[in-house]
Amino acid sequence: MLAYILRRLLYALPILVGVNLLTFVLFFVVNSPDDMARMQLGVKRVTPEAVEAWKRERGYHLPLLYNAEAEGLDRLTETIFFQKSVSLFAFEFGRSDAGSDIGYDIRQRMGPSLAVAVPVFVIGLAVNITFALLVVFFRATYVELWGMVLCVALMSISALFYIIAGQYLVGKVMRLVPISGFGEGLAAWKFVVLPVAVGVVSGIGSGVRWYRTLFLEELGKDYVRTARAKGLGEGAVLARHVLRNALIPILTGSVVLLPLLFMGSLILESFFGIPGLGSYTIDAINAQDFAIVRAMVFLGSVLYLVGLLLTDLSYTLVDPRVRLS
Amino acid sequence: MRPHPLPVLAALLLAGALAGCGTSGEPWNSPYPPGLAAEKVIFSAFAQRPKHLDPVRSYSSNEYTFIAQIYEPPLQYHYLLRPYRLVPLTAEALPEPRLLDARGRELPPGAPAEAVAWSVYEIRIRPGIRYAPHPAFARGPDGRYLYRGLSERDLEGVHTLADFPERGTRELVAADYVHQIKRLADPRLHSPIRGLMSEHIVGFAAFGRRLETLRREGQEPDLQALPLEGVEVTGRYSYRIRIRGKYPQFRYWLAMPFFAPMPPEAVAFYGQPGMAERNLTLDWYPVGTGPFMLVENNPNRRMVLERNPHFHEERYPAEGMPGDREAGLLADAGRRLPLVDRVIFSLEKESIPYWNKFLQGYYDASGISSDAFDQAVRVGPGGEVSLTEELRAKGVRLATAVAPSTYYMGFNMLDPVVGGLSERARKLRQAISIAVDYEEYIAIFANGRGIAAQGPIPPGIFGHREGRSGMNPYVYDWVEGRPRRKPIEEARRLLAEAGYPGGVDRTTGEPLTLHLDVTATGPDDKARLDWYRKQFRKLGIELVVRNTDYNRFQDKMRTGAAQIFLWGWNADYPDPENFLFLLYGPNGKVRHGGENAANYANPEFDRLFERMKAMEDGPERLALIDRMLAIARRDAPWVWGFHPKAFTLYHAWYRNARPHLMANNTLKYIRVEPEQRLAAQRAWNRPVLWPLGAGAALLLVVLFPAWRVYRRRLRTPFRDAA
Repeated sequence: MLAYILRRLLYALPILVGVNLLTFVLFFVVNSPDDMARMQLGVKRVTPEAVEAWKRERGYHLPLLYNAEAEGLDRLTETIFFQKSVSLFAFEFGRSDAGSDIGYDIRQRMGPSLAVAVPVFVIGLAVNITFALLVVFFRATYVELWGMVLCVALMSISALFYIIAGQYLVGKVMRLVPISGFGEGLAAWKFVVLPVAVGVVSGIGSGVRWYRTLFLEELGKDYVRTARAKGLGEGAVLARHVLRNALIPILTGSVVLLPLLFMGSLILESFFGIPGLGSYTIDAINAQDFAIVRAMVFLGSVLYLVGLLLTDLSYTLVDPRVRLS
Repeated sequence: MRPHPLPVLAALLLAGALAGCGTSGEPWNSPYPPGLAAEKVIFSAFAQRPKHLDPVRSYSSNEYTFIAQIYEPPLQYHYLLRPYRLVPLTAEALPEPRLLDARGRELPPGAPAEAVAWSVYEIRIRPGIRYAPHPAFARGPDGRYLYRGLSERDLEGVHTLADFPERGTRELVAADYVHQIKRLADPRLHSPIRGLMSEHIVGFAAFGRRLETLRREGQEPDLQALPLEGVEVTGRYSYRIRIRGKYPQFRYWLAMPFFAPMPPEAVAFYGQPGMAERNLTLDWYPVGTGPFMLVENNPNRRMVLERNPHFHEERYPAEGMPGDREAGLLADAGRRLPLVDRVIFSLEKESIPYWNKFLQGYYDASGISSDAFDQAVRVGPGGEVSLTEELRAKGVRLATAVAPSTYYMGFNMLDPVVGGLSERARKLRQAISIAVDYEEYIAIFANGRGIAAQGPIPPGIFGHREGRSGMNPYVYDWVEGRPRRKPIEEARRLLAEAGYPGGVDRTTGEPLTLHLDVTATGPDDKARLDWYRKQFRKLGIELVVRNTDYNRFQDKMRTGAAQIFLWGWNADYPDPENFLFLLYGPNGKVRHGGENAANYANPEFDRLFERMKAMEDGPERLALIDRMLAIARRDAPWVWGFHPKAFTLYHAWYRNARPHLMANNTLKYIRVEPEQRLAAQRAWNRPVLWPLGAGAALLLVVLFPAWRVYRRRLRTPFRDAA
């Protein structure tokens, strides 16, 4: 098992380098270091000297990938790519181009993101599985028919609509919770209720349909017939046998998402004023802050790889037939 | 059957939590901690994290919102008087420059600019002004600074300024102002006005070069010790600035945070190793003498200004404009400022939640987004604006003011088709100026919030004329006491004279195609660009929109590759020079890297500009401006566009509010009535619970048949429903 984990971690390194290189190329296809300097220095009264000085101070005066003027290995190391990428592998994100400490920013924003994302994930999972089991339980009745119609309708509506409708109904008409904002510690609960509810409801449509498909597939298998033949009730068959056997695909879809919960949700956080990580990357792209963009893309890739690894490990827990080697 | 304990526990918890909301007397949906709304607090919001709070760098309005309350330059604008007028802030009096000729002899105040070699500003500041409490000033019993010479180890566990328990203060001295001017000259600090001030302040550029040289030699220069030729401390409370030639606009710069004092202790404090890595910088935690200090800086969530306990004596103005007394704007005349204890800015990125929270009473003031315009304002048949019934019932007040800004469509004067001063090109531009109907633009895209421009100078700035004398005769006719856009036939006639009858090039027989360079991103932009195409189509001209990203667009502007473009300018200070310099030839963007985006260069205009810029306001200056405007209107390097109008809404408890579009340090004048606010918040935010009950009942109705099916199925185990 340990050897397997180590091997997977080593595989991750070239992937991370590749992702980093791709982000770097894509970013600098769109933005030049001059553009970045102008963005940071503002639009009024910016002189070419100021642009040059800004680049020099932050190391953006170097060539992008290959330094023809340098000697030996410096040709590769005296470049923006090398200088800006190496420290990432030590999880040292450094300072943003605007001057703030990226590591501190991420730590500050992670909590609020998790405060919304974890309940949305956990409650969403529970609600979706429960509803899917119910729909399967009532298959071939009006409950299933209308349940599926409702799911398709829920899937077809944009997430933005749920947010605005939620804020309008719960925040403005019923006045039960604040429309947006965030609080310290436990006081945050009343700010989190509505975004969590919106997050869960907006995911029900696709979630229930997906789990229903999984359960229906399991229902046709021999072990279900055996369980029924032994005299088990339909509820017991679903809860004890079907759900347990459907866990592998459920885990595949869910565990990989776990680490990404840190990254938050862009629209949800933006509309509800949640000070999380959701909008951090988008804000940085708009501000042409490469330091933040590369840090966040790197972090996202690492978390995704960790998610994949966790998924593989979790298979061994739920299915004794799976062995990692 | 016994109820399951889990749902009962959850219901109890929920009931307890909701009851907890109710007991404090605060509405359930209040986004603030209990009790806060009852205090003298202003509730405001910000949409974007301010990039810089260091006055050497800050230059945008969302940064000034904060630092103008914290830093105090020597001068400020009078809060109530119009036109905008400078008054002393920390200075004892408005400085009158001494004018000297090349031999150093003093000249009379009205001396012509060409005779003046130097202008000397002697500024005396008031004694007894103290800085807000800050760890940089904290000293131990032995008089030594407590937080100096800190090591990485000392900074373990330190994340914010609040982690330094001790605070100190000291008196403001003239040397702090001089220190800041030296910082403006420091190339490493990237002040946006370094280039501009190098042209005016004696020795400014040389000082910057000296700093660079020292750093190249491996020395870290001591700004205090290093002399700057044109700026010197003349006493504990006085300093002197020597300016090249005559530059009357310099006094306006003295009212901007660039020229606020900066204590060297703060620079030394933040300059210690490990500080920057913890965001402990001047860009994050300002140090000033103003009415407020920044006690919480969490730009991801909220920023909090708190009353500076050491704020010097400053009183609410006793003099206002006619009608101000009746409007209650002089009710607090003579009261000591500031009038509130705290200002809380919450991060609010989207306009819809902001607007809804304003309607619930959780923000004290609000602008009006396009989405909310119809909910807030009614526009009468004559263009008069009033609030809707809903807002009037809430006691909301509306204030409007024309911003000292201009938005225009520029022609690149270096372009072979639309540029140049030939009669052909001039008539082409004049024809387009008539065809692009900005009155219609304002009605469609700005909800009527703007006035069509007659030239570059907006209302409220010296040189702007109302009525017929202020009309642009190349685009408008004076009809029934108001300017009316010339008929499109006139534009077509001009176009034909320019050699493009019906929009067809007479020499080639090809239809005339022009290019509009824009950076359009949102879906709203499509309608806007279609509208521009339609305007050009009136003349038979095909307008091709070249949409690029921001960087490419800036590149095109710098290299002169754009043909027609949309641009704007917000005034730095209320002087016509700050608008007319946008048309000054030596300020051209392509050749000189200046702010003249159209690259317009008319020798006569430039000559008049050079005379006008150094003059004091008066009939002579006005006559020169009239002549300059006549030249510019005839040459038509811009389609003059419009001056936007700011609409702001205030709740009834928010007192002394008056839009001031030049000054940013206005929060100190605002008073709030917390009891009135709390009462309104309670009345407007009573929870409505019946939909919850109705929803639950509906759910039961729907679920009951399902429950019956469920029970039945449990009893029939072997039936395969599929």
